[in-house]
Amino acid sequence: MSRRLLFLLPLATLALMAGFFAWSLMAGRDPASIGSVMVGRPAPRLDLRALRDGDKPLTDAMLRTGKPTIVNFFASWCTPCLAEHPLFTRLAQRDGAVIIGVAWKNKPEEARAWLAKLGDPFLHAGQDFDGRTGLDWGLSGVPETYLIDGNGIVRFHFRGPITEKDVRDTVLPFLKGGKP
Amino acid sequence: MIPELGHFALILALAVALVQGTLPLIGAARGDARLMALGSTAALTQALLVIVAFAALTQAYVTSDFSVANVVANSHSAKPLVYKISGVWGNHEGSMLLWALILAVFGAAVALFGANLPDTLRARVLAIQALIGMGFLAFLLFTSNPFERLSPAPADGNGLNPLLQDPGLAFHPPLLYLGYVGFSVTYAFAIAALLEGRVDPAWARWVRPWTLAAWCFLTLGIALGSWWAYYILGWGGFWFWDPVENASLMPWLAGTALLHSAIVVEKRDALKSWTVLLAILAFSLSLLGTFLVRSGVLTSVHAFAQDPARGLYILAFLLTVTGGGLALYAWRAPKLTSSGLFQPISREGALILNNLLLCTLAVTVLLGTLYPLFLDLLTGNKVSVGPPFFNATFVPLCAPLFAALCVGPFLGWKRAELWPALQQLRIAFFVAVVAAIVAAVAIDSRSTLAAVAFGFGVWLIMGSLVEFAGRLRLGRAPWSESLRRLRATPRASLGMTISHAALGVVVLGAVATGAWHLEVIETLKPGEKTRIAGYDVTLVRVDNVQGPNYVAERAILAVTVGGRPFTILEPERRLFTVQRRQVAETAIHSNGLRDLYAALGEGDRNTGWVVRLYLNPLAPWIWLGAALCAFGGFVSLSDRRLRIGAPSRRPAVQAAE
Repeated sequence: MSRRLLFLLPLATLALMAGFFAWSLMAGRDPASIGSVMVGRPAPRLDLRALRDGDKPLTDAMLRTGKPTIVNFFASWCTPCLAEHPLFTRLAQRDGAVIIGVAWKNKPEEARAWLAKLGDPFLHAGQDFDGRTGLDWGLSGVPETYLIDGNGIVRFHFRGPITEKDVRDTVLPFLKGGKP
Repeated sequence: MIPELGHFALILALAVALVQGTLPLIGAARGDARLMALGSTAALTQALLVIVAFAALTQAYVTSDFSVANVVANSHSAKPLVYKISGVWGNHEGSMLLWALILAVFGAAVALFGANLPDTLRARVLAIQALIGMGFLAFLLFTSNPFERLSPAPADGNGLNPLLQDPGLAFHPPLLYLGYVGFSVTYAFAIAALLEGRVDPAWARWVRPWTLAAWCFLTLGIALGSWWAYYILGWGGFWFWDPVENASLMPWLAGTALLHSAIVVEKRDALKSWTVLLAILAFSLSLLGTFLVRSGVLTSVHAFAQDPARGLYILAFLLTVTGGGLALYAWRAPKLTSSGLFQPISREGALILNNLLLCTLAVTVLLGTLYPLFLDLLTGNKVSVGPPFFNATFVPLCAPLFAALCVGPFLGWKRAELWPALQQLRIAFFVAVVAAIVAAVAIDSRSTLAAVAFGFGVWLIMGSLVEFAGRLRLGRAPWSESLRRLRATPRASLGMTISHAALGVVVLGAVATGAWHLEVIETLKPGEKTRIAGYDVTLVRVDNVQGPNYVAERAILAVTVGGRPFTILEPERRLFTVQRRQVAETAIHSNGLRDLYAALGEGDRNTGWVVRLYLNPLAPWIWLGAALCAFGGFVSLSDRRLRIGAPSRRPAVQAAE
């Protein structure tokens, strides 16, 4: 009889895996968009060397200034980052948003050259060359953007590039109200 | 009008598949010859209808018929003709149609070349093949109709994903699908055998050519994909352990295991239920890969159309095919009895070791690929499993596989001695050790592991050649005798030697490129120069280039050696205007022993451009070896014993090899 059970093993394994797959599809879990375990929690640790020469290093205090803050992970090698970049430039210039940029798995000189070319919307900018901070922040790639309220709580998490619609519907109301 | 014709042909194909998937099964159960004969006719009709549908869609693409929604979404009138054609399968709907096409053509091939199969087996195989086809045709018609019209028709289309506008990727999907879908035939054979309750050496011989063909195409498809990643992503790497790559590697590993275990069934009438299981798994893993890529449950650098609703359909289909197969397996396989007894030191023992290791590798890849998903669901933690995991698990597991690979062919069937086999291999062992030591001392003394891996590559090549030389009695018999033996060597053995040695070539290329490449990244202004491994590279200028559907910056890099002009490299960075996406086009100078690889990064006239240079030793060997590996498979496929009419159901003759 135990021999029979052995032949059932592949089927049982499949059932287990299928359960997981169905769960992941049903849960509406979309790894490429909004929805993150970070939302509602205090922002993870931020302790990074400055990207630009002569700048202050990034610290947690920068996320708890009482003002809503945007944290954007980017890299010069990432094409979608290029697409969303003008939106951040506009947010900084026109709307006076506080934006912190983190160059993720990116050589600092390449990130600097990229910013020098496209314009630099970041009040503070840090370098996360080995990607360890990105790991703490639950990053699955770049670009990803976090909206953090004045008390340092994550309120929104965008996976993938932000769009004009995101800015209009989410980012601007958030900056005005400080709350979703 | 023509798109409607294609749509109609697709509907008819579904109806024919319904007939093909049911009546021959009933016929086989009742012993009704007329119903069974229906299978072949239906298979040919179905193939014809799907070909018509595919031709109709191709016609819409070639003539840029923008009243078809699929063409609008994925094509553009300014696109070169070859990418208009490859655009047909460069999207979700079209690639599913290509899948259905290959499936139907394989079914027709079974009908055409399966004259020597027993009627019941052929009827059942064709029916199973049609049931799989039904799944795809229904999927196409109900959720992903490629012939949907758009009214009013827009003036022009959105263009194909720029990454796909590349000769390497244009032909990567068809090859990959030929492999995936080829395994559907072995799956159908396995299910049919379970229904018949009979697996014997003749069955193994009928399955073998299909497995081999699928395996060869899959090998080529994976190699082409890896080559594409190498020159388009601009990072000098050739394998990134991305979920999409893993999805194609898993069926390859299972298929390789199947290829070897089927030999044991053929020669020793043993290992039957295991082989049947592998045949089910090879196709199931192909479907699993499709599910993972299309459903969006995993993120990947390969952006494919991801849609949870489609994901649910593919999951249901995967469950039906795999679950149905495995349930039938759990029910019927315990009745399959083997006749032979096993000695651990024997050819079949070695093949079992091969199977254990290959399956462990497949499971490792599966776990590494799915772990982030499981962890995310269970704990909400997001992790990415990348090269460090696979380097620590997959690579060490390869060591015993490679070590045993050369010994296996020296062992006889039933019972063998290990020591004489090892003695015959001492030259290969000696050369491999010397190669490893030379690598450690002369090339890179820091990485012992790379040197050992390099030694393994040499071991694979030498071990295979020594075995072949022994077979010809090279050097021990007169030349004429060796030549006579060469002519008499079965193609299957020749193919084995080629493929095994080719694996060594791949290992050498992968180790040398992975461990010993040189990398220089610099920001250069026109006129400035840098140096990599004795090559002086000067950025002469950067031109703006206008392509048919893109604009590009093209760097002119003059390479000199000791002041003498050596070559000009022209890497580009293309901006596809319709999609606003950038794609790097690297420039590679290859001399067969090393690649000088240049990629152009961001930059402008004032700050200079980022130029990435790599020197990748033996890099071409990776793809050369993979192509040679597939070539060995084709040589084996041409074996007289596998040709039409040769195998028949009589007691297997113990071949003296």
